[in-house]
Amino acid sequence: MKSVDKHSQLTRLILKSFTFLLIFLLSFSLQAQDAVDEAQQKEGKQLFKSLCASCHKLDKKLIGPALGGISERRDMDWLKSWIKDNAALRASGDADAIAIFDEYNGSPMTPFPQLTDKNIEDIIYYTTVGEPVKAGAQTAVVTEGQEPQSSPWLTYILVAIIVVGVLIIANLLKVISELKGAPKTPGLAGNIDDLWVGFKKNSFLHVLITIFLALTTAYVLFGTLFQIGVDEGYMPIQEVAFSHKIHAGDNKIDCQYCHSSAKHSKTSGIPSGNVCMNCHKNISEVADDTTMEFDGMTYGKAELDKEIQKLYTAVGWDTETLEYTGETKPIKWTRVHNLADFVYFNHSQHVTVGGQKCQTCHGPVETMDEVFQYSPLTMGWCIDCHRDTSVDLKGSPYYTKVHEELSKKYGVEKVTVAQMGGMECGKCHY
Amino acid sequence: MKNITKIIIAFVTIISIVSCGDKRTRSVQYMPDMYVSVPYDANSATGINGEASNLEPVAGTIARGQVPYEYPHTNEGYDAALNNLKSPLEATEKNLANGKAMYAIYCATCHGDKGDGNGVLSQRDKFNGIPSYKDRPITEGSIYHVIMYGRNLMGSHASQLTHDERWQVVSYVEKLRNDLLN
Repeated sequence: MKSVDKHSQLTRLILKSFTFLLIFLLSFSLQAQDAVDEAQQKEGKQLFKSLCASCHKLDKKLIGPALGGISERRDMDWLKSWIKDNAALRASGDADAIAIFDEYNGSPMTPFPQLTDKNIEDIIYYTTVGEPVKAGAQTAVVTEGQEPQSSPWLTYILVAIIVVGVLIIANLLKVISELKGAPKTPGLAGNIDDLWVGFKKNSFLHVLITIFLALTTAYVLFGTLFQIGVDEGYMPIQEVAFSHKIHAGDNKIDCQYCHSSAKHSKTSGIPSGNVCMNCHKNISEVADDTTMEFDGMTYGKAELDKEIQKLYTAVGWDTETLEYTGETKPIKWTRVHNLADFVYFNHSQHVTVGGQKCQTCHGPVETMDEVFQYSPLTMGWCIDCHRDTSVDLKGSPYYTKVHEELSKKYGVEKVTVAQMGGMECGKCHY
Repeated sequence: MKNITKIIIAFVTIISIVSCGDKRTRSVQYMPDMYVSVPYDANSATGINGEASNLEPVAGTIARGQVPYEYPHTNEGYDAALNNLKSPLEATEKNLANGKAMYAIYCATCHGDKGDGNGVLSQRDKFNGIPSYKDRPITEGSIYHVIMYGRNLMGSHASQLTHDERWQVVSYVEKLRNDLLN
């Protein structure tokens, strides 16, 4: 035991010094760079983010050209006059200004007369030095690597070994005590033989067990029959690894942003590619720490960026020229929630009129990486909800008269869907 | 007789395995008479001649109750809408309330609840460079024009909002802009 302790102390020492060395190297390399004026960089980044980033990126062409290292390509005075009022600069006949305007198909840049010279210098400084280096991130990776990888299988195997070991020891102890002269016990096998003989003779037990078996069979049989045609938990593999958790959960995009037809239509449709491109024109890569679970695997940045590329292929978006090519190939989504064709279900009268939350029927979709069917969507499930849910009659002139009449007739405040005829065959099945 | 009993037991076992085991396939159905739609479904992949069932209407046609938008998607069209286009809706409480509800769904994620460009996506550093409403010279016409066509990185939201809802959003955006300016 002592040696193990020493060993771990030694390891810890080595690892500590290793980490220290890395941090030291990192800070050294930071100092080795040109001294960065962090205040100016931060100021510039803030201005860039709020004013410029809608059309420019540092390393990529967007609406306008990439701005990384622009100070090496252009004169500072030229940049200042261009940013403050580029239309005036073009009108004055500046050849460079007209050339860049024509290169970007004559899309005019918003003039920024409110920016001071200092502001512009900050922005240009930010485009020159780039993003602040995150010193914490790299050391964090080093320390994380020391965490031991524990797998559940290892635990199971260990438990199994211990159990087998205990059994062997127990058996050995018994053999030893028998050898020492203790009376021979019949053992486990002998006991079972006695039990079996007794059982064969006892007819009451026979009847009891037959009844038990019959009930179990009936339970299993009916349980199975009631599962036929119920797709609760159905989770097909979609063509694109789309995560509702990232979009609706983390980024808090409203359900109806994409499923916009839920408010007016019977069908709350799958959003078309243009809705995806509202955001993904700009977002071509996920953040470094974005992950999702897909088909039993963890998708990281590399995989998820490929999934975004699938969207670009589908809508025909050229990531180089940032233009649509016109070649589209719609994504074939697999439908999860499906009702038989003889049921009429209307989203708008549940969402807009009834004011039901999406999660009532579809479950916590904002926590699902892959969408699965949360509710059984059986008829009993619909009826149960119609029996319990009260209709909000306030504020709807359509119901004013109905409410008065019904209140008089039944003397109730609460009117459920069922009382209004929401359980009649013709309401859903025509 | 014994064989039949065995077959039934095997059958029940297989059904129970099939119906509970795999979440990647749909469960079995018993005599699906009217389960599969004979007419074409919305959004289905198999419409006329096996093509997707959602086809585009003929260009230039006008459906009853729809108003075509006459300003073109160009810089000149933007300027014309900025100066000339006026809202056809009356400024009622109801319109403003629905405009607020629609704004919360379709706009607030990027533009922020107050319209200052500080929505969730901006806070999380996903989508940068969203301007505050007070920084740009916008009128009700230009707001409607941008919702219709989008501008620069913003895409068109015409497919998600109806004509009336777009104008309701415009009225709410104007209210936010006034709040920011004062």
